[in-house]
Amino acid sequence: MATNSYLRSTVFRRTAAVVLLLALVAASCVGLVGWYANSLLTRATEQAIEAEAAELKAELVSRGFDALAIAVGERSRRGGANLYYLADANGQWRAGNLTVLPTWSGASGRGTFAYPAIAGAARMSRVAAGLLIEIDGRPRLVIGRDVDDQRALLDAIFRTTAFALVLLALLGLVGSFVIARHVQHRIAGMSAATRDIMSGDLGRRLPLDGSGDELDRLSGQLNEMLARIEELMAGLREVSDNIAHDLKTPLNRLRNSAEAALAAQSGAEAWKSGLERVIEEADGLIKTFNALLMIARLEAGSGPDAFETVEIGALARDVYELYEPVADDAGVQLTVNVTSNPVSSVNRHLLGQALSNLIDNALKYGAAHGRPGQIGLAVSQAGGFAHIVVSDNGPGVAESERDRVLRRFVRLEASRSKPGTGLGLSLVAAVARIYKGRVRLEDNAPGLRVVLELPLA
Amino acid sequence: MRVLIVEDDREIAHFVQRGLKESGHGADVVFDGDEGLDRALSGDYDVLIVDRMLPGRDGLSLIQGVRASGSRTPVLILSALGEVDDRVKGLKAGSDDYLTKPFALTELLARIEALGRRISPDETVTRYTVGDLALDRLTHKVTRAGDVIVLQPREYRLLEYLMRNAGQVVTRTMLLEHVWDYHFDPQTNVIDVHISRLRGKIDKGFDRPLLHTVRGAGYMMRDGDE
Repeated sequence: MATNSYLRSTVFRRTAAVVLLLALVAASCVGLVGWYANSLLTRATEQAIEAEAAELKAELVSRGFDALAIAVGERSRRGGANLYYLADANGQWRAGNLTVLPTWSGASGRGTFAYPAIAGAARMSRVAAGLLIEIDGRPRLVIGRDVDDQRALLDAIFRTTAFALVLLALLGLVGSFVIARHVQHRIAGMSAATRDIMSGDLGRRLPLDGSGDELDRLSGQLNEMLARIEELMAGLREVSDNIAHDLKTPLNRLRNSAEAALAAQSGAEAWKSGLERVIEEADGLIKTFNALLMIARLEAGSGPDAFETVEIGALARDVYELYEPVADDAGVQLTVNVTSNPVSSVNRHLLGQALSNLIDNALKYGAAHGRPGQIGLAVSQAGGFAHIVVSDNGPGVAESERDRVLRRFVRLEASRSKPGTGLGLSLVAAVARIYKGRVRLEDNAPGLRVVLELPLA
Repeated sequence: MRVLIVEDDREIAHFVQRGLKESGHGADVVFDGDEGLDRALSGDYDVLIVDRMLPGRDGLSLIQGVRASGSRTPVLILSALGEVDDRVKGLKAGSDDYLTKPFALTELLARIEALGRRISPDETVTRYTVGDLALDRLTHKVTRAGDVIVLQPREYRLLEYLMRNAGQVVTRTMLLEHVWDYHFDPQTNVIDVHISRLRGKIDKGFDRPLLHTVRGAGYMMRDGDE
């Protein structure tokens, strides 16, 4: 990737900005400390000079000019950084380790000046701070302190700091660049994987480097999401395969009915009955699509907003009453057992459809071989849930298949020959989901028990 | 009976119009909601068939407009939105019946007939008779040729509904909605079994059956063969 794109990356810009900000703060700190130290030292120097000036003035007042000259001479000989110059009334040098009145910069007696100094063979000009005192109206006494070392020290501090800061900024920029490149590299890997996924390779996953850092964790989570999406897509594909398969048969029958009627020689009567068969097949298909549409709408969360409180025991009795004659005709013993009448906030028609689907299933697929069929519809209440149980004594559903049969169009091999849409249990599952309930399939030993639990109102 | 069809899908509108005309009714078609309301308010119609989604004014607002004018003309909503709450919304807006697309023409015709008759004050009729079968709505007593027939409560309500609509086709869905108050679709033909039990009580042993099956449509109470 081009260097330019690293420079434009957010990571680089942010990191660089932070480094520059840090450098600025560091520079301010050092500047502040330097300025403060300098003013402390300067104040100390000034105070020492003031004190000395006071002593020397007292000497002059009490003992006269000559005594002052002696005192200045003495002090000059002590060495160190103290500088003195004393001129007589004619402006001629009288005492002190400075031989000329220094050229003054600064007004009102206090200021700094340069003075010539000898260090070994070299002559050089050093800087001092001092006080120029007038005697008899003429500037004649200078008391000074060499501040050249102090200046040099401060200078050194500022210089090294500046150097360090420039180095810091440079390293920071380089570091930002390296980080940006690393992040860009990782993101480029993720982008490449994303593009592959978008172009249809759903099995592709984002690269992980195993570092467990935030990018790695994010990639891991995205991968989990991708796995879930792939699973859902597979489910969807299974549904559409099943739709194609399950709708082909009735469509074929429909077509055959129409064709047979058309080919019939007997005329109007045959056409009439042929068309009636066509309508029957079409009605069956419409039923399937309606059920599919209803489940889709429930799963999309746009279920009926016309909730009402429904007495589930009473509803179960109603559905029992609706189905009892059918079961009776089929030689199946349908019983209802309502031990309590829990109230849930559901849509009566939707729950009625779910119960009707369950009993329908039990009638169709729960037929017992060689023993009288028994279908039980029971309602009870426990743990904040209404429990609706529909049980039969038929062949049951193998444990491995129990989750699968809740999916759309999933029909077990044994039942494929029987009429049905393969949507009955899917609707029950969708109803359970939309009302925050649960549905589970259990072994009724022998037979199947479907337990639908709905939260109480 | 004069029927106004407010439906923007021309194919469906003409299909329904043709069906109504073949059954001997007058039918006019309007394709948008605003014109639909104007025509409906003219008061020339016995029944209105209104699509839920319409250009101009939508179906619910049309019905509200009709009801606001004080008209009690029965309205059937025709809609592709087949959910229970859509039905509830439609009924709340003032419609009398609700049918989901796709629908069978026989179902629509049967419902229109039932709606058209609703204008007649048959709620005050206390006794229905079909041939020699009689149902007394006050005592809940049912007799055929003078013999008392004992019915379960649900069988009584089933017979009452069939007899109120005597001479007209009653579909399985209409029975489920009116006798059981279910707006859902049992996969098995549970209604047929209930009908056959009822038939066993009222027709068995008599020469002239009164409860007839109309193939591809539903059932009809009628005296005579036609």
